[in-house]
Amino acid sequence: MTASSYREALRQAHREALARDPRVFLMGEDVGKYGGTYAVSKGLLEEFGPQRIRDTPLSELAFVGAGIGAALGGMRPIVEVMTVNFSLLALDPIVNTAAALRHMSGGQFHVPLVIRMATGAGRQLAAQHSHSLEGWYAHIPGIKVLAPATVEDARGMLWPALQDPDPVLMFEHALLYNLEQELPAGAGEVDIRRARIRRPGRDVTLVGYGGTLEKSLEAARILAQQGIEAEVIDLRVLRPLDDATLLESVRRTRRAVVVDEGWRSGSLAAEIMARIMEQAFYDLDAPVARVCSEEVPIPYAKHLEEAALPQPAKIVAAVQNLWGNR
Amino acid sequence: MTAAPAPVPLPRELALRLLASMLLIRRFEERCAALYGEQKIRGFLHLYIGEEAVAAGVMPALAAEDAVVATYREHGHALLRGMSPESVMAEMFGKREGCCRGRGGSMHLFDAATRFYGGNAIVGGGLPLAVGLALADRMQGRERVTACFFGEGAVAEGAFHESMNLAALWRLPVLFCCENNLYAMGTALARSESQTDLCAKAASYGVPTLRVDGMDVAAVHQAAVTARQAVLESGAPLFAEFQTYRFRAHSMFDPELYRDKAEVEQWKQRGPIHNFTARLKAQGWLSEEEFLELDRQAGERVEAASAAAEAGEWEPAADLLKDVYTPREPA
Repeated sequence: MTASSYREALRQAHREALARDPRVFLMGEDVGKYGGTYAVSKGLLEEFGPQRIRDTPLSELAFVGAGIGAALGGMRPIVEVMTVNFSLLALDPIVNTAAALRHMSGGQFHVPLVIRMATGAGRQLAAQHSHSLEGWYAHIPGIKVLAPATVEDARGMLWPALQDPDPVLMFEHALLYNLEQELPAGAGEVDIRRARIRRPGRDVTLVGYGGTLEKSLEAARILAQQGIEAEVIDLRVLRPLDDATLLESVRRTRRAVVVDEGWRSGSLAAEIMARIMEQAFYDLDAPVARVCSEEVPIPYAKHLEEAALPQPAKIVAAVQNLWGNR
Repeated sequence: MTAAPAPVPLPRELALRLLASMLLIRRFEERCAALYGEQKIRGFLHLYIGEEAVAAGVMPALAAEDAVVATYREHGHALLRGMSPESVMAEMFGKREGCCRGRGGSMHLFDAATRFYGGNAIVGGGLPLAVGLALADRMQGRERVTACFFGEGAVAEGAFHESMNLAALWRLPVLFCCENNLYAMGTALARSESQTDLCAKAASYGVPTLRVDGMDVAAVHQAAVTARQAVLESGAPLFAEFQTYRFRAHSMFDPELYRDKAEVEQWKQRGPIHNFTARLKAQGWLSEEEFLELDRQAGERVEAASAAAEAGEWEPAADLLKDVYTPREPA
């Protein structure tokens, strides 16, 4: 076991992919000379050269669309869109082309493309740099959506995503890049189809992903001191959702709280709650609850931003409510 | 037109082939319009009638290994790229024999075998795709060109400017074919653009340009041959503006309130089939009987396609979810 940061794990994943497959290349804003906005691709330009580590103009629409074209042309592009906030400028190629092309062409074409981007709030970057819109993307048939929340997943999700014949979006919560965890020697490919139980427990299931996994685990530690053993599920894959893991847990614990940094209305949390209700209603001892971001553009001031986002204390309160409401 | 039309500067056999191509598109789309009236074809139907010389001139200038990206007004491009009229017509009917098994319809014709990448119903949506296809060719050392068709309406989109810049910056072999029919749906060019010189826009990105009479199939073909060669030799993009005109409404829902009938009639005098036929006749390359025979063959081809589409089957609704994702083994 060696300690690695989430950032280093992602960089190692890129290095491995670039070395293993000559069709793989990385393009995006400041991925080369600058070394990546979050320093994920630092050193890769020197190692792999400007043909394979391509700095792009600030043209999200064009370089995401070009990634689709390059994938159709036989390459295996990794497109880094600096953050989810800027991916709004590339919604058209992602939704209208990448997601739809296989079906709309009657199965003639498919788009083996990986699009990575940072997501989430928590750094006082205010309304235009703090979105958590992965739930939007998880709404779209034709794409797959991953949310690595651990160093192991940061290391291991990229290669299988590149092997996928269809477009895969990877959302990296911006607060995770500095996360340090132990990584087994020889760590590599991980499964990208299943959710994982990160902490077993018998009393309630906390469902988190990306930036809310750590907060859910923290809430579970606090709850344990109160005698409530929370199971924590890391969704990992936001589309297609792994209902089986989720439902198996909820049927055991009979209670669930979904923790999602997206806004409440029309959220991924809402979808997960609906699935639990549809499939495990009679196994529940309490209504499914959720902790989401407050419905407000994320504010700048630290105390306001903290108040807007899911926090361990809010999760703890939501769990306690499951009994309080009885 | 002048009294003595200019002779066609192409070999006779090629000239007749271009004429036959235009006739195929014209008869195919006239049939489509009728079938739309019969409700055999539904959804949106955007006819290319009047603009046939552009696709007819450009397509034979491309090589089989080249890629083609087109718009939602792409029946003609699809047919001349080599897709069978049967597969295109069946797609318009929404039948399983269609090129996309009824998933795409008129606006989304695709064909892997001829590297025909659609069929894009978002204005400007094909341009970034073309840039990426050319990038893949460049990175894999393939000597190919990607031809990207779009209307003049697309130059108002950010996608046009971003793509033009990226293709020029990375020197990618894209042949940008702008079909300037003067109206973005119902909005005239001068009512939507501060700069109506489209070549000037492309030139501002350092992209070489050509302006071509898009009503003259011979001129289009010659320009396309030159343009493709230039793209291959330079390895860099080229922007060709084909000045053309749509004789029919934008779609079947368009009451055409935005343009004068006189203007339409004026352009019809320059009709690509009409004028090209007159030139071929004037130089003794085509008799009326030969013209009628070419026209009859085109009509026959279309009728066969229409009959095959009519006889086609519906994709079972049970297969609705097929091809959303590529099938993989269960985990």
